Amino acid sequence: MDYFLTEEQNMIVEIARQITDEQIIPNRAELDEKDEFPRKILENMGQADLFGVPIPEEYGGFGGGCLDIVLALEQLGRGCIGVATAFAASALGIYPILISGSEEMKQKHLPAVAAGQKFAAFGLTEANAGSDASGIQTTAELDGNEWVLNGTKQWITNGGEAQIYTIVAITDRSRGARGASMFVVEEGDPGFTCGPKERKMGIRASSTTELIFKDCRIPADRLIGRKGTGFITVMKTLDSSRPGIAALGLGIGQACVDEATTYAKQRIQFDKPIISFQAIQHILADMAIQLEASRALVYSAAKHIDAHPKDMSKVSSMCKVMATDMAMKVSIDAVQVMGGYGYMREYPVEKMMRDAKILQIYEGTNQVQRNVIGQELNKEYSRK
Amino acid sequence: MNIVVCVKQVPDAKDVRLDPETNTLAREGVLSIMNPYDQHAVEEAVRLKEQLGGEVTVLSMGPPQAQDVLKQAISCGADRGVLVSDRAFAGADTWATSYTLAKAVKKLGSFDLIICGKQAIDGDTAQVGPGLAVQLGIPFVTCVQKIREAGETEIIMERMMDDGYDVIAAECPLLLTVVKDINEPRVPSLKGKLKAKKTEIMVFNAEDVGADPAKIGLAGSPTQVVDVFPPPPRGERALLTGSIDEQVEQLVHKIAVYL
Repeated sequence: MDYFLTEEQNMIVEIARQITDEQIIPNRAELDEKDEFPRKILENMGQADLFGVPIPEEYGGFGGGCLDIVLALEQLGRGCIGVATAFAASALGIYPILISGSEEMKQKHLPAVAAGQKFAAFGLTEANAGSDASGIQTTAELDGNEWVLNGTKQWITNGGEAQIYTIVAITDRSRGARGASMFVVEEGDPGFTCGPKERKMGIRASSTTELIFKDCRIPADRLIGRKGTGFITVMKTLDSSRPGIAALGLGIGQACVDEATTYAKQRIQFDKPIISFQAIQHILADMAIQLEASRALVYSAAKHIDAHPKDMSKVSSMCKVMATDMAMKVSIDAVQVMGGYGYMREYPVEKMMRDAKILQIYEGTNQVQRNVIGQELNKEYSRK
Repeated sequence: MNIVVCVKQVPDAKDVRLDPETNTLAREGVLSIMNPYDQHAVEEAVRLKEQLGGEVTVLSMGPPQAQDVLKQAISCGADRGVLVSDRAFAGADTWATSYTLAKAVKKLGSFDLIICGKQAIDGDTAQVGPGLAVQLGIPFVTCVQKIREAGETEIIMERMMDDGYDVIAAECPLLLTVVKDINEPRVPSLKGKLKAKKTEIMVFNAEDVGADPAKIGLAGSPTQVVDVFPPPPRGERALLTGSIDEQVEQLVHKIAVYL
């Protein structure tokens, strides 16, 4: 379907498509097999200005909106959501600075990220703080002119690979949700180390580690925004980033439709290509319907979010749930259409099915997204 | 360092057909791309500019639609594009093309370096680069696989040979033709694409470059293509197996049939 993209949006799609087709697809199986971080490909994305898409022009970026980043991520996700997750996590890592950071902080960090010279990471999750962010144990205490951080973050994407980390820590436990703050921690800060790479089911090209803070001392000006505004920044960050995860779902969905349909046209059983059988056609048709419906919602949601509406959380959760549940279902269907071949590592849908699962889990599980949508509906209808 | 890169728009090799009537390449409906070797030439020029400063001008001779490859070069970091285009250039062989490009290069003013791809994938002659250098009276080095050191006045480079490579130092102004090993061309950047969209391509005709009408196009081309035909399909082949003696015996039997 034609979504009447602008000329600039088509340029973003072309660039992301070229990198996906020429650099990601030929290398994805090896990156997955070896758990290898795709540094070279990410550097090339930087050179092509893709990291600059969400960053304002005054900081060396392109000043793109939500739909622009969605379009880039959809293409990258069509190749490999492991690689695309490393890219997306860098954008996620700088959103807190973009949303609440000081002018000096933006000047210091954003141009290097826009150019792809530095990667960022976002540190919220802990062993006891997953869906329930109020369980955060990491603390930050002011000692003279320095903050002292203590605690451990878990499952942090781009851990060990990023140079800039935006971290949530408790600055005043007695104040509950208003007691959390966000900080910039940089690679090499004293008392800050990253754990070993986690071994994952999918998205194995991306790096996932613990972040360990042991009397980690950072200058006072590393506080993002005001003290106690950490959770507000986190919520705004996730509202902005969730459509990007939805876009990765679109990418996987498209790749699965492409692979399964191409295979069904070539595979001969009972003297006919299997696509001539209605049983196969109906699976492919359902895959295509769900993909296109998801794409229509994600693109519309992204455009809606660019207008900074009041119901941003609800809309961004809706598109995340729909497109990522679709990706899981469609990748399972693609494996089914391809039968035994689909289950083998020689064909890409096996990896897509493993990869798709994370989309329903990270950046807020799809159950938490439904909570957000439900709570927003409850509020909306209380006002009526 | 001011660099001129010569590029050619060619039919995509994946999609090449001969017109059976005229025996020339059928260009209708065939996707056009920048000659792949030229993409490496543009990349090397942009890298030298990033290292030494200066300006990269991309130059092409061709029909108006060849502007597309000049825009592509700008999106990959070149500064400006110049198209030499005139109906009078039609039918030019490598000699007439070299003459025409030389006229255009002189019109552009001073330069330190000209980089061309080793050859174009449609004609496959590898003659235009050296021809251009001869027309301009400057030295040339073909099949460059690596630039070791580049300064304003001298370039030290590796020339690919069948059995290794030569290390050559040559003074500027100079013309190089490059092979694919020299670099990995970058993907166009978003800022580059936006710049390419805004940049106007300069177009010169035969009169603008001061070309002698007798030396351009078909009239100026000493090479006349008498016939073009697809190579005949190779005959049936068989691989002999067994010991050398057994293979010789099999071969003798096969040859005996024709005696």
